[in-house]
Amino acid sequence: MLYREAGQFKTSYGADQQIFPIRQDRIAMAAILAFFFVGVPLLANQYWLQAILVPVLIFSLAALGLNILTGYAGQLSLGTAAFMAVGAFAAYNFELRLPWMPLPVSFVLAGVVAAAVGMLFGLPSLRIKGFYLAVATLAAQFFIVWVLTKFGWFSNYSSSGVITTQKMQILGYAFDTPVRQYLLVLTIVAVMAMLAKNLVRSSTGRAWMAVRDMDVAAEVIGIRLMHTKLLAFAVSSFYCGVAGALYAYAYLGTVEPEGFNLDMSFRVLFMIIIGGVGSILGSFLGAAFIVLAPIFLNVTAHGLFAGNIPAGLASNLELIVFGGLIIFFLIVEPHGLARLWQIAKEKLRLWPFPY
Amino acid sequence: MQFFFEVLIGGLLSGVLYALVALGFVLIYKASGVFNFAQGAMVFFAALTFVGFQEVLPGWLGVEPGGAAVFWLALILACLAMVVLSIATERIVLRPLVNQPQITLFMATIGLAFFIEGLAQGIWGANVRGLELGIQDEPIAWMAERTGIFISSFDVFAAVVAGVLVAVLAVFFNRTRVGRALRAVADDHQAALSIGIPLQVIWRIVWAVAGFVALVAGLIWGARNGVQFALTFTALKALPVLILGGFESVPGAIVGGLIIGASEKLAEVYLGPMVGGGIDSWFPYFMALLFLLVRPEGLFGERHIDRV
Repeated sequence: MLYREAGQFKTSYGADQQIFPIRQDRIAMAAILAFFFVGVPLLANQYWLQAILVPVLIFSLAALGLNILTGYAGQLSLGTAAFMAVGAFAAYNFELRLPWMPLPVSFVLAGVVAAAVGMLFGLPSLRIKGFYLAVATLAAQFFIVWVLTKFGWFSNYSSSGVITTQKMQILGYAFDTPVRQYLLVLTIVAVMAMLAKNLVRSSTGRAWMAVRDMDVAAEVIGIRLMHTKLLAFAVSSFYCGVAGALYAYAYLGTVEPEGFNLDMSFRVLFMIIIGGVGSILGSFLGAAFIVLAPIFLNVTAHGLFAGNIPAGLASNLELIVFGGLIIFFLIVEPHGLARLWQIAKEKLRLWPFPY
Repeated sequence: MQFFFEVLIGGLLSGVLYALVALGFVLIYKASGVFNFAQGAMVFFAALTFVGFQEVLPGWLGVEPGGAAVFWLALILACLAMVVLSIATERIVLRPLVNQPQITLFMATIGLAFFIEGLAQGIWGANVRGLELGIQDEPIAWMAERTGIFISSFDVFAAVVAGVLVAVLAVFFNRTRVGRALRAVADDHQAALSIGIPLQVIWRIVWAVAGFVALVAGLIWGARNGVQFALTFTALKALPVLILGGFESVPGAIVGGLIIGASEKLAEVYLGPMVGGGIDSWFPYFMALLFLLVRPEGLFGERHIDRV
């Protein structure tokens, strides 16, 4: 009854094309944003902000990047973590070598560097498809981590490539408390998510989807394959790069190339599969699930067994449950959490008279 | 030159080991179109189960450890465990996911990999164990005397095992009823179903055979490096072999393994020092990429024809 578009007439092209056509959606969106911008900093404690909300947001951004590439443009990639590493190390080097550079500019430039690297490793996609491409992107994963570890210049010659990020400061305002860091991350993520949402509704996004659904057909109707695929790689890597920079600056503070390993790439891939391939909302839901599930499992395991079983067994149980959960989710809802939300919305629109 | 050949042959023989793991991937991909990332975990599970049975069996049966009876019994039990695992996988994971896109199945196998890793370590513990096959890892004496090239007898043994395995698989695929059914399923699921081939039975068989291949690979890798968690990373070694050889081709897995093994070792020795070493983590992938740029479906893969 509440969620219904009846009576909302669109009288201009602008109104017809707006990002949330239904008024209730706009209200809900505003409420969610207000909650996360105002409510959360007031309510959440330091642990929640630092250990849960910030990583969820950062991984959402990375998942968003991968979703653009895999979900919208259909190019399967297993090198996400490597592109994040490029972003993190690029931002570090910009700040280190050009200290006058404002932080937001180095973040953007870090994204641009990641985009360039992503385009380079996206070149094989012009010839290779499907799983062959997925394995080819593993080359990026291993090569980039190797380069960052091997050549000391990238980490300012610290041992084993560990970097400790500079203090975050914008126009003399230091982002040194968890609340400020959270707000900074939230702002960046919100802006970039809005951009992504608009991008995938644009002609670029439609070209991506055409390529995803069938690239030969897309080429026949006049979409430039090379341009489209490389753009997808660039935009996706840009998002991953910024996410990587945030991961280093706002979350951990100290990172090493080995931290951006294949495991992390898989985790981001899990996020978009669980959340929903080809869905902006899904990136957020998936990231929340994948970041929270291990924490939740850990806490429950401790609560249930309370030291009765050895730590090794508990961690193995976690592996089993995590693996089982992923399989379970894929079986129950192969289209991800975002689809569940969509179904709920459809039901809600007809409620309480579904016939 | 002698050194070159030594490196080359060493590389070829280690390539055989990669090919063994790749073989398991190929079998499953051929028959069910599933890119089975859990193959590495299966290798780990198989090896760990074998070693675990070898440890507990003497206690159960009251015989002394290290005997031939224990070895064979452990082998049979490990085989059975792989069969049970395969059937359970087919029933619980694959059957509900029929007709899903390939990426979903791929993700499911990653989940499966987590599950199997946890299961294996949960049952048998996470200690690193040695595995004794009774083959010495020493250079063959007469070879070293005649040509001055040092080749480990263990590597040769592994190569022979791989050769026998491939031969057996070839006979199985080409000369038996079940093998023909397997090839029919690989060719076209629906056509195979329509002429009365039970798809699910075939899938179980394929997964069991892949489990058996994983057991062989696990035994050889385990005897080489010890049975430990790192065995799961053999899957990563097998991936470049796969894309080089083509996902659907058994000979491709062998040839790809040889090329990757040889080029990896040669590059590590001759190219490595120039850039600071440690290049074996990514070099095989680059190698495979170069091949792919010429032949996008791998050396022996099926050529895809796109129809609009």
